[in-house]
Amino acid sequence: MKKRFPLIFALILAILILAVPLRPPPAEGFAWRQFSELPVLVNGRIKPLDTVARVSLLALRGKQSVKLEDARLSAIEWLAEVLYAPATADTRPVFLITDPDVLAIFGWQQDKEKFFAFEQLRPHLAEVDKQARLANDVPAEQRTRFQRHILELYNRLLLYQRLKNSLQPEDSPDFARELELFASALKPGIEALEARSREESFDNRAFDLFMTFAARYRDMSEQAYLRVVPPHQPQTEQQRSEWLTIGDALLHATAFGEIDPVVRAYAEAGRAYRAGDETGFNAAVAEITTLTADGYERELRKARHEGFFNRYQPFMSATVLYILAFLLACASWLSSGDTLRRTAWSTLVLAFLIHTSGLAFRVYLQGYAPVTNLYSSALGVGWGAVALGLAMEAVFRNGLGSAASGIFGFATLIIAHNLALASGSDTMEMMRAVLDNNFWLATHVTVITIGYSTTFLAGFLALFYIVMGAFTGWLDKPWITRPDGTVETNASALNRMVYGVLCFAVLFSFVGTVLGGIWADQSWGRFWGWDPKENGAALIVVWNAIILHARWGRYIGERGLMIMAVFGNIVTAWSWFGTNMLGIGLHSYGFMDAAFFWLMAFVASQLAIMLLGALSPRIAARVQKNAPASG
Amino acid sequence: MPRLPRNPFLRSFVKLFTSLQLTIACLALAMVLIFVGTLAQAQIGIDQATEQYFRSFVVWWSPPGASWRIPIMPGGFTIGGVMLVNLIISHLYRFRLTFCKAGIWITHFGLIVLLLGELFTALFAEESYMSIQEGQTKTYSESHRRIEVVLIDQTDGVTDRVLAIDEDGLEPGASYQHPAMPLRLEVVDFFPNSQLFRKTPETAAFAAPAATRGAGANLTAREIPRTGRQDMRDISVAWIRVVGTDGEIGTWMVSNLFLDPRFNGEPQIFEHDGHTYRIELRQKRTYHPFAITLLDFAHDRYPGTNIPKNFSSHIRLVDPELNQDREVLIYMNHPLRHRGLTFYQHSFEAGDKGTVLQVVRNPSRHLPYISCALVFFGMTLQFVLHLDGFFRRRRSAA
Repeated sequence: MKKRFPLIFALILAILILAVPLRPPPAEGFAWRQFSELPVLVNGRIKPLDTVARVSLLALRGKQSVKLEDARLSAIEWLAEVLYAPATADTRPVFLITDPDVLAIFGWQQDKEKFFAFEQLRPHLAEVDKQARLANDVPAEQRTRFQRHILELYNRLLLYQRLKNSLQPEDSPDFARELELFASALKPGIEALEARSREESFDNRAFDLFMTFAARYRDMSEQAYLRVVPPHQPQTEQQRSEWLTIGDALLHATAFGEIDPVVRAYAEAGRAYRAGDETGFNAAVAEITTLTADGYERELRKARHEGFFNRYQPFMSATVLYILAFLLACASWLSSGDTLRRTAWSTLVLAFLIHTSGLAFRVYLQGYAPVTNLYSSALGVGWGAVALGLAMEAVFRNGLGSAASGIFGFATLIIAHNLALASGSDTMEMMRAVLDNNFWLATHVTVITIGYSTTFLAGFLALFYIVMGAFTGWLDKPWITRPDGTVETNASALNRMVYGVLCFAVLFSFVGTVLGGIWADQSWGRFWGWDPKENGAALIVVWNAIILHARWGRYIGERGLMIMAVFGNIVTAWSWFGTNMLGIGLHSYGFMDAAFFWLMAFVASQLAIMLLGALSPRIAARVQKNAPASG
Repeated sequence: MPRLPRNPFLRSFVKLFTSLQLTIACLALAMVLIFVGTLAQAQIGIDQATEQYFRSFVVWWSPPGASWRIPIMPGGFTIGGVMLVNLIISHLYRFRLTFCKAGIWITHFGLIVLLLGELFTALFAEESYMSIQEGQTKTYSESHRRIEVVLIDQTDGVTDRVLAIDEDGLEPGASYQHPAMPLRLEVVDFFPNSQLFRKTPETAAFAAPAATRGAGANLTAREIPRTGRQDMRDISVAWIRVVGTDGEIGTWMVSNLFLDPRFNGEPQIFEHDGHTYRIELRQKRTYHPFAITLLDFAHDRYPGTNIPKNFSSHIRLVDPELNQDREVLIYMNHPLRHRGLTFYQHSFEAGDKGTVLQVVRNPSRHLPYISCALVFFGMTLQFVLHLDGFFRRRRSAA
């Protein structure tokens, strides 16, 4: 039992994690699962309504569900309300506003209540519009906190308005009925239009009615956020990707003479939803699915898989497992047996597999190499460091690799989560023309990501050395006893680990940086442009080279190596995030002010650790004691 | 390995330049330089920071508005140069050429190639732009930063006679004459970057000369620091006195802003002695012995967004000397290479009706590729040798 415990433990965790997404949808009630998996085109990518619901709600509210006084609305239930019953949706508290200066323009004080309904904001829309206009004229990097927040609120309100006008005009009491009227007005309208263009007499009323409808649907097309109608008989891949809004499809109807059945089915679903008619709603959703399946099987399947991915939430589960593995590894040093250490290891392997499956899912859904933006770079850096830590644990078997991987995997996934929150948009975005190149994404970006991971891993191991050395006697405990009776201490093992990881770090960061230069040479004829991001990458290479040369020259011993490796964390964090905060250069992902605070906090913490390493009497005593040996 | 030289001066020189401390000092200085240079970019822009920090021998500092400056640290050329000498001399005197050091030799050789590549790029690479409207043919490219003042005798209508003054020649007081033109140009003043104003009582205080003829007669200017931002262009302005055989004809104000379509200005043309002349300040041109015609420009976006998916320029290249007349498609990551120049899809004109190509001449563009391969191979070799030792020790330990 004891021998098998780690495996059984991991298996139970795996079953618990997989049970959620694999659970079949409830047989009764509204078919939310089917509705949430309908494919739509938003921001250039075809995705399920579920993703739209979650991402929009995250952008507005910072959460994936809406808490009401007595109940909780899931993301898709909330979206259905916005799309089909906007008057009810307007009463839901979904706008997170915390900035006191923004609240002040509404005459509100910062209070316990952070969430506001559209209903409450409606009287102040003109003021928001005015303030946003003022802020918009200021260059992005010079905006004050108030200006950034008011623009953010403006964009959120815009998103909400666009959602409300996606499947029906917001003011339409019964859109299905409206479509029937439109259908009957189509033929006489077109006849009147043609007669008018031939300068013959025409039915004035039919003409006016027709033009009123056309104007209404043109407005709707301009506002709509979702493109839900797949194009008819596409000839090329480009045409296949040009999905229409409901408004567009209705304007096209004026040319074809009849309304697209997908539009009718969406309207029918709305009517049933408002009437609380579950059967009618489910039938309409099934109808849309069948209509889409005709010619768009691939998109439908992908949307279904993405729906699964959203429920699966691999990075969320991995975050929990990583911290669990870290705690288990720490606990294993306090216990005598090997079971806890092996359980930590098996938990970590499971977390790593889930993490990997998440990355693989993203590659499949998006069609790009895994690292494409700042968010996915956090996923990638974490993944790389965990992989190395696992390998190290397999070789050294002392719990250190597991602990370092666990804490680092946890930290990077938390960073990724916050980056997704801060961006307020889909983390799977389409790549701009220059970057849309899988060969370079796969080589340069992957190699540089490993460069970041390895430098961080070395830094975290060194950090561990300093903390353990300053507060415990763990460093002098034996790690292994050789047959000839000599003992290798934990300190010396860590020393070799850090050195080895740094060697990898210098290799990967150098090659990754130069490959980036080669990509730039291929794209715009400039190998090295002294762009902040390039400079940041160069700093990592140079710093790693300094550490290695200082060690080879014996200018530093074990303690110096550790202190310098911790500084590597600062250099890497600067290159990864700091350079994005300068707000210039071709590479920048955008300015993030909350992140700036955390970066500074991280830098301060690392400096404190370095100081601890330099001043700790316990570590100093070790250095003194071992001085003759290390000469 | 050669022996240390006997001459005590040479000897200490070699000792200094073979020392590992020097290597580490250079690397540390390089880090500081890159860091402060990156920070400076936020203030003065990438191009100027590159000039002042990375492509200079000394980094200077002066308080804002002061006329004096003090050196604060060595610039990129100095640090890179010392590192280069350090690397080369260390290999001559300190490193033994053995198999177990082969990785280090190859890695360091790759670094030498990289440093030389960056040096050659700084010295020899040229960048310019070619912006072409659909249907238009061009035989020259234009500099983004540098300007020139030209006097064009366009009487002929077929062949122009051109007197061009480079930016560096625009010193107040300098005068120029084309051997075949009866006119002399005198530089009255030149502002590399400026703001232009219509003349009003408030602008009378500006320290700017006055133009007597042409579009600038009722304009004045105020000098401002040059911009280093890549997305902005300096508005340069110069005042040129044109002197004929029987005395001054007039003083013209010329500016590249006058040529901007948004400015909507007329070309500055005057008649003298039966000849028609045009005077203007424009981006410095480089003429090529071939012509490029833009047949079609395409700019695809992702449906429902403004995110560019692809830009492409369908062009016709005609080079009579090399017997070439062919159509080429230039798009992202697929540049045109011709006569040592590379044409990259860079940007587009408003309304998607024209393209902007970046034209680069960089004779040393292959060096980073060689360097990357060498360093990768060298380091991998060294680590394999090292890991081999590590595992052998482990096996003996277990």
